[in-house]
Amino acid sequence: MAGNNQVIQKLREEIMALERFPSPKLGGHLSSFGLGPIEASFSGNAFPVGAIHEFISQGVGGAASTNGFIAGLLGKLMQKGRFCLWVSNQRPLFPQGLKHFGVEADRIIFIDVKREKDVLWTIEQGLKCGVLAAVVGELKDISFAESQRLQLAVERSRVTGFLHRHQPRREHALACVTRWKIRPIPSQLEEGMPGMGFPRWKVELIKVRNGRPGEWKLEWKGGYCQAIPAEKTEQRSKMEQHYA
Amino acid sequence: MHKRWLSLRFTHLATDRMVIRQPELKGKPFALTSPERGRMLVKASNATAASSGVFSGMVVADARTLLPSLEVFPYDPQLEGRLLTALARWCLRYTPIAATDLPDGLILDITGCAHLWGGELPYLEAIVATLQSKGYSVRGAIADTVGMAWALARYGQELVIAPPGTQRETLLSLPPASLRLDQEILERLQKLGFRQVKQFIDISPPILRRRFGEALLTRLGQALGTVHEYIDAVQPIRPYREELPCMEPIVTSMGIEIALKRLLEMVCERMRKEGKGLRAGVFKGHRIDGKVEQINIGTGRPSHNQAHLFKLFELKIASIEPALGIERFVLEVPLVEDLSGVQDTIWGIDNLDNTAVAELLDNIGGKLGMDVIHRYLPQEHHWPERSIKEVPFFEGQPDTEWATALTRPLELWSKPEPIEVMVHLPDYPPRHFRYKGKIYKIAKADGPERIEQEWWLQTGPPRDYYCVEDEEGIRYWIFRLGLYGEGDPQWFLHGIFA
Repeated sequence: MAGNNQVIQKLREEIMALERFPSPKLGGHLSSFGLGPIEASFSGNAFPVGAIHEFISQGVGGAASTNGFIAGLLGKLMQKGRFCLWVSNQRPLFPQGLKHFGVEADRIIFIDVKREKDVLWTIEQGLKCGVLAAVVGELKDISFAESQRLQLAVERSRVTGFLHRHQPRREHALACVTRWKIRPIPSQLEEGMPGMGFPRWKVELIKVRNGRPGEWKLEWKGGYCQAIPAEKTEQRSKMEQHYA
Repeated sequence: MHKRWLSLRFTHLATDRMVIRQPELKGKPFALTSPERGRMLVKASNATAASSGVFSGMVVADARTLLPSLEVFPYDPQLEGRLLTALARWCLRYTPIAATDLPDGLILDITGCAHLWGGELPYLEAIVATLQSKGYSVRGAIADTVGMAWALARYGQELVIAPPGTQRETLLSLPPASLRLDQEILERLQKLGFRQVKQFIDISPPILRRRFGEALLTRLGQALGTVHEYIDAVQPIRPYREELPCMEPIVTSMGIEIALKRLLEMVCERMRKEGKGLRAGVFKGHRIDGKVEQINIGTGRPSHNQAHLFKLFELKIASIEPALGIERFVLEVPLVEDLSGVQDTIWGIDNLDNTAVAELLDNIGGKLGMDVIHRYLPQEHHWPERSIKEVPFFEGQPDTEWATALTRPLELWSKPEPIEVMVHLPDYPPRHFRYKGKIYKIAKADGPERIEQEWWLQTGPPRDYYCVEDEEGIRYWIFRLGLYGEGDPQWFLHGIFA
């Protein structure tokens, strides 16, 4: 039985190599992305670097939470002193807030293009530049063909791309490894403590190539995403019902 | 061919320069001074001051006693070298070989040049007259050797020309100082009573060497022409400009690209050899109808990478209108900078190919404009808008850490949006707030964090910031401008937490 498993594992890796899917071995310079329970959903239990990830957000809170989640990933990607390009049309991102997610904001180059149609061109230029750690692009719409171009660029350069689509008109398929939806959920504090807790998000992994999609409730705490213990959430909902 | 040399001596180089720059100083006594061993020493004085006995090496206090109206200015020790180099380059119009002769002169190799001006005297007069008309007081002499020309320019009469082969006779009546000797040797000669060169020129060399060292014999030989002397000639500045005439007028973009590639190859090859890099470039196409089409590029850091520069130009080739055809292409580089060794360590981070990032940014800046590229460094200010500082994207390392002690939102709006709030008690966080007609009920809140105006920068009421979370879990950063009890405080929404 164990032999069979090994054969299947080997076959999988070969197929992945044929599909030019970023193998965790190739990009496996990082042991963990601090994603907690999500990491088990990826093939090889490792967050795929050198690929395009798509994030869809709704509302101002959703956009901020998505940027926070991306910043958390960037913090891990930029650890070797590499730079990151952040391309957007109307950027509200505040560099001071990035340090909380482990990102040295002075190593991010912000490109604030004036017209939305230039965003795509800039992202592609950035993705072709192999010395960057990552490229984050905030844009609304992108066609399948355009996403394929980006995919071709990262296959050569091994740069990780994040496309943050805020309130897109259509949620059609793109040539991306993953598709995420992130929105904020109420934070939780110790019983009887005043104030606001750590940021909490509901993270939906809608699509992932060679992996298992899923849905998690996570808390950003101490530089990592940590799963919220299930019992606590239940307890919490009970409490909410109680007060309702 | 028989060598001829011209020596120029500027009697008041640094002060003449001051007068040229500030004409109101003309005729007034002034001196340039610098501190030395706790005193101010005169380093240079102009002709008016010198005629009253103020010379270089004097203490300023003594000079003021002699001449109470003396004005003093700071002395720049690098100035003379720079000026002489510039003047030597200017002299290249009279001879191809010119060298500086610190601290106050120039040496020109005029072999075969003088006849173009109708002889040596008109030639010397032409140079001296032009320099004098610019405002420099200058003396010149022509002789067979560098040493002789030097001696005559300083110890001969005005505008001396020593005929070929006469250096020995001319030298006889000159003082030993005309041999460019060290002060120590001069003092020893003085002590032994040698006032003129003729008194020791016939003494046998071994005796002179034993008494005064090898230097005296070398200098004597150089003046007489028996010992060869080398000069370090200045290099003319060649502009970074290449031209490409075409046999047939070019009308296609392919043709323009080929021309551009060739010109870039020539320019880049030269810049590579000289260790320079392009910062700005102009590519011009001269059309048959006489009009000139041109495209410009700029780079964030000096570069001589041909492929990269071509890419920057390539984005703009489409804007060239060839009309009936372009017959001549010109590539000019108006701004060139040294490629420094620190190129690979910008931002203090090694082992990374930063050139690639620089080229990427040039590429983006070339298409979208350099003003789209931003980079920020932390600043030690509490006021949120001032806590970051925009810097040019290749300069500067953070001189302070990114602050983590204070909670700052991930998204901050450049302009706070006014909101209406309902507050239970003053200085308590609001119960709910209304923004753009929608009501947000606040479930959790933290604060206030009072941020006072930085009075040395601007004045005004303080801001009390609250972190609040609505029922959906969206976290906002809101603030109250002003205090209750002092006018009417206003509330604003300023940012959103992740």
